[in-house]
Amino acid sequence: MEKVLEVKDLHISFDIHAGEVQAVRGVSFDLYKGETLAIVGESGCGKSVTSKALMRLLPTPPSRIKQGEILFEGKDLTKLSEKEMQEIRGAKISMIFQDPMTSLNPTMTIGNQIMEVLLKHQKLSKNEARNRAIELLQLVGIKNPELRIKQYPHQFSGGMRQRVVIAMALACNPKVLIADEPTTALDVTIQAQILELMKDIQKKMGMSIIFITHDLGVVANVADRVAVMYAGKVVEIGTVDEIFYNPKHPYTWGLLASMPSLDHKDEELYSIPGTPPDLLNPPKGDAFAPRNPYAMKIDYELEPPMFKVSDTHYAATWLLHENAPKVEPPKVVQERMRQFALSSGKKGGEFRG
Amino acid sequence: MARYTLQRFIYMIITLFIIATATFFLMKLLPGSPLTNQEKLTPEQKQIILEKYGLNDPVPVQYVNYLKNLVQGDLGISFQYDNRPVTELIVERIGPSAQLGFQAIVFGTIVGLLLGIFAAIRHNSAGDYFATVLSVLGISIPSFVFAALLQYYIGVKLQWLPVAFWQGFEYTIMPTIALSMGVIANIARFTRTEMLEVLNSDYILTARAKGISQAGVIFKHAIRNALIPIVTILGPMAVNLMTGTLVVEQIFAVPGLGEQFVRSINLNDYTVIMGTTLFYSALLILVIFIVDILYGVIDPRIRLAGGKK
Repeated sequence: MEKVLEVKDLHISFDIHAGEVQAVRGVSFDLYKGETLAIVGESGCGKSVTSKALMRLLPTPPSRIKQGEILFEGKDLTKLSEKEMQEIRGAKISMIFQDPMTSLNPTMTIGNQIMEVLLKHQKLSKNEARNRAIELLQLVGIKNPELRIKQYPHQFSGGMRQRVVIAMALACNPKVLIADEPTTALDVTIQAQILELMKDIQKKMGMSIIFITHDLGVVANVADRVAVMYAGKVVEIGTVDEIFYNPKHPYTWGLLASMPSLDHKDEELYSIPGTPPDLLNPPKGDAFAPRNPYAMKIDYELEPPMFKVSDTHYAATWLLHENAPKVEPPKVVQERMRQFALSSGKKGGEFRG
Repeated sequence: MARYTLQRFIYMIITLFIIATATFFLMKLLPGSPLTNQEKLTPEQKQIILEKYGLNDPVPVQYVNYLKNLVQGDLGISFQYDNRPVTELIVERIGPSAQLGFQAIVFGTIVGLLLGIFAAIRHNSAGDYFATVLSVLGISIPSFVFAALLQYYIGVKLQWLPVAFWQGFEYTIMPTIALSMGVIANIARFTRTEMLEVLNSDYILTARAKGISQAGVIFKHAIRNALIPIVTILGPMAVNLMTGTLVVEQIFAVPGLGEQFVRSINLNDYTVIMGTTLFYSALLILVIFIVDILYGVIDPRIRLAGGKK
């Protein structure tokens, strides 16, 4: 498969008063043409920082890309000038943000906000841009687009605004669409509609999507591959089936176990004990070790490398080392894995919490 | 928009009526009368004069008469200036005051906005600190101090501009600058804060993610949104300017309304005080009215909310 984007050993730090916060500590992944890669993890794991860094949208200072490469169309995005990045943003890589209520300019009509990106990147007349904006609104399922482009964001509901944001992101047929928790601020029924819309549009336009979320239900619904992030690192990456049916990292087990499910009404929902580490002083060894019931002595001393599980599946845990004791995932996770296997083939909204 | 404007206009009339009423009754509480300092008059003569001006009538009757005249645009006649109508006095004196106020607010707003935007873009740099120090000075030093400093250095020492009086445009420059210092400082401070907040908002990130240049983001997306709260302070600022003119007019010997107002208060010249107060209030309300309309022009959300409620 053709690689669209390659991230290699990306390190991002924020220089604050107290010192250096190492928000992203060596993230690597590839994005293939036409696929959806989900990046999951709890708050503060560096998933949003990574996604913003791909577009160089982090304010510098305080942030800085310490090392690593982001390869896109033969160029390293970390080395481009601001001007060169402006040519890429919105045209080749575009982004959808979390909160549609605040991500549109309240004093500008919807039409002007969509036309702005068209006029910036494509040689269109104002009239052509307006017609294209109407087409785009139709594409994302907004009725009466001729009338709607003259309206302001406050005249749209949350779900409709997110459709507008999507239309704006798609305006120039980008190769990569980064969606940073695009459905988190929406209620569940609207969530499902927006996810359907995104899948539908991806089928039509063939772009690759990086889908940032903390909701594993959404991941099961939209992703082809999944990267699990913890404390600024990718700890497990694999196809969606591999992550759900054959997870290897204890952190992934914890995430799966803490997914709410319809079948376990009376049980208390599992939560991973402890809190993520302070990235101002990242711990030695495996950052997950203090919260990991399977942690071994080596976890506190040496960081685990990425162990290969299959050609597409890698996980960074010493449990995969040949000398490690054989450990089975906890019972609740095994139960989940069985359920996922049973319901595979009818992947839909049923995992959503 | 038309409906919104009409609604604002009605509110404006109601406010004006309340102020007229309040001024009238407060005036009645003022000790003394216009005749207090006229020692030459015998009590009988005083009685005749009070009778003539209707000052012996019961207060409610006076109030109704006052309102009746007011509706017809008649502010009464002055006691101190040989029965000249108050309207005439105001019209005669308003020119210089209005010109000063207008020049100061236009100049101050433009300079303040530029300074504030500059400070926000150069956030936490030397330029930002310079702008901040400038606005703290502008806010804390009263306009009459600036007036005196300007007079001394630019008028007396350098002799670039005339020190006082009112004989042409160059005479207006120093009073305008003195008056606008506060405006510049306030607007700059607000603009900086608002711009910083707006520049951190999600829709600015969206705009940047669209590939819009830094200048485009600031001029097309940020400034308009930052202006919304700034329009709010223009109203109170206009009041500051009005009171500021009272003093600055004295310093530069400008024949304005302020100087007249102060003298009338000393002389208990009821009609002039009431007339001028009412005039100032009307002006203020007009400013607020314009500010409300500006809101609607800048912010589409207000335009519609006003029409529906």
